Amino acid sequence: MSVSAAPRRGTLRVPLGLLVPAVLGLAFLALPLAGLLLRAPWSTLPQRLAQPGVLTALRLSLQTATIATALCLLLGVPLAWLLARVEFPGRRVVRALVTVPLVLPPVVGGVALLLVFGRRGIVGRWLAGTFGITLPFSTAGVVLAEAFVAMPFLVIAVEGALRGADTRYEEAAATLGARRWTTFTHVTLPLVAPGITAGAVLCWARALGEFGATITFAGNFPGRTQTMPLAVYLALETDMKAAIVLSLILLTVSVAVLAALRDRWITSP
Amino acid sequence: MTERPALLDAHLIVDLGGFRLDARLRIAAGEVVALLGPNGSGKTTALRALAGLRPLTSGYLRLGGREMDRPDRPLWTPTEHRSIGVVFQEYLLFPHLTALDNVAFGPRRHGVPRREAREQAARWLDRVGLSGYARRKPRYLSGGQAQRVALARALAVAPELLLLDEPLAALDAGTRLDTRGELLHHLTDHPGATLLVTHDPLDALVLADRLVIIEHGRVVQEGDAATVTAQPRTDYVARLVGLNLYRGKATGHGVEVDGVTLTTADPLTGDAFVAFRPSAVALHRQRPDGSPRNTWPAVIAGIQRHGDNLRIQLTGPIPVAADVTQAAAAHLQLAPGQHVWAAVKAAETHAYPAAP
Repeated sequence: MSVSAAPRRGTLRVPLGLLVPAVLGLAFLALPLAGLLLRAPWSTLPQRLAQPGVLTALRLSLQTATIATALCLLLGVPLAWLLARVEFPGRRVVRALVTVPLVLPPVVGGVALLLVFGRRGIVGRWLAGTFGITLPFSTAGVVLAEAFVAMPFLVIAVEGALRGADTRYEEAAATLGARRWTTFTHVTLPLVAPGITAGAVLCWARALGEFGATITFAGNFPGRTQTMPLAVYLALETDMKAAIVLSLILLTVSVAVLAALRDRWITSP
Repeated sequence: MTERPALLDAHLIVDLGGFRLDARLRIAAGEVVALLGPNGSGKTTALRALAGLRPLTSGYLRLGGREMDRPDRPLWTPTEHRSIGVVFQEYLLFPHLTALDNVAFGPRRHGVPRREAREQAARWLDRVGLSGYARRKPRYLSGGQAQRVALARALAVAPELLLLDEPLAALDAGTRLDTRGELLHHLTDHPGATLLVTHDPLDALVLADRLVIIEHGRVVQEGDAATVTAQPRTDYVARLVGLNLYRGKATGHGVEVDGVTLTTADPLTGDAFVAFRPSAVALHRQRPDGSPRNTWPAVIAGIQRHGDNLRIQLTGPIPVAADVTQAAAAHLQLAPGQHVWAAVKAAETHAYPAAP
């Protein structure tokens, strides 16, 4: 901060020590995206988009990410409620367990899923023997892998929203005769709806980009388990330009969805 | 009140670590009782215990002849199964519901079909004068309107016990005056028991049939407004009603308080209270003589404006507040630190036994 130059009235001077790293950080995040745009084969883009494999992978990615998000909502919101509202022994351990998939390398997650849900796994053997269901190397397996990796994002976001919500509204509901389940559905959920939406968006974005757990647990079968990130990785080995095109699509779709949701829900007061 | 059977009959004992609430409350049907006390006296704890938002440590809580909370049995009725309505201090209207749906929330939970619940809610909104605001979300209501919606919401379940937690505290002065009048009208109509928790003596005096005064978790005085204001039993109550209050030993026609003998008009012996108005205290530069007065030397500790007069805080053998006119103050050239003589006529004092 220079002392000699008189600061302009009403403006906050930004210290260089903060400004320089901030600009570098922005460049670091934005340059690879710019590189993707610069190197894209714009002239052959329409033909490449029309290739059958591209749309199939995109559709599979969107479907599995959405189903995985729905699964996470179904299981994750009650889990978040439990963590936020119920005192029980070992709650800290449970919270730590929930965050494990965040720090676990996704490939390791995939291996762990195989050990449990694989044909020889504890749950997998029972599922196969009793219902004839095999999860690994199936579309359901993709959903499972994505949900495993993405659910912590939802749980953490919703738990935070629940902790921030004013529990006195729930007390008010009880004084009006509402039982706990009714209070949850009619008061708590609407109050934390913005938090749930934000968590679901994070969860969906993470599921859409999932690679490691998916390829380990579900494999890489076009039309069945080959999602966009897997298709990108595969294309990278044979056709660099195809990989760029696939990446661009993934980027466009996710940015478009996030932007649409942001305008509609997340920024609401 | 004892003639009427109590709809609410409770002995509330709640231990909160360093604080203990121990208060008996009986409220008859149609009766409005104000629970009045300073901050931290246990008013809110009492309200939460009655609502079932905090269990009793011991004692009992009977509402409409049924046990709600009885730790020694043990019997417990959760909040949602108690016949109560609560108006919270900050109203706590559900922000995602319209005024109408907020009021219909209670009837719906009590099994009233949706359409009928909304019709009931509309009638309640009409009764509190807000029929035009049914579709508004709480954030588009003024403080006074939100208070009335909260009242309608609490009354819509026809509660046996209506609980109001500082219902006017969040309002500005002008709105408070109007809303207090409205509230009085609705509380008079309410057939159940009503408990009004407040630290504002005016709310209590205007709205309640009976006052229960609580300090440090204990009931220190109760009775109708006239009795409480005429014969305060603690400094807090005396300050509320604007009286000087002393406790001492009565010896026939005098009460000895901290070395000063106050001659009183009421013959009395034993532990006694003496009360007198600040306007009954006269101040003199020299010791007055000749008249049958209580006099003692005092020092002016502070001077404040009090209505049209000045209120003089005096220290000395007994602390006392005196009201003098501006003219008298100018004439006596009163200033902080100055030594004066305080005098009170025996006929202006009121002595009564300290034992209840």
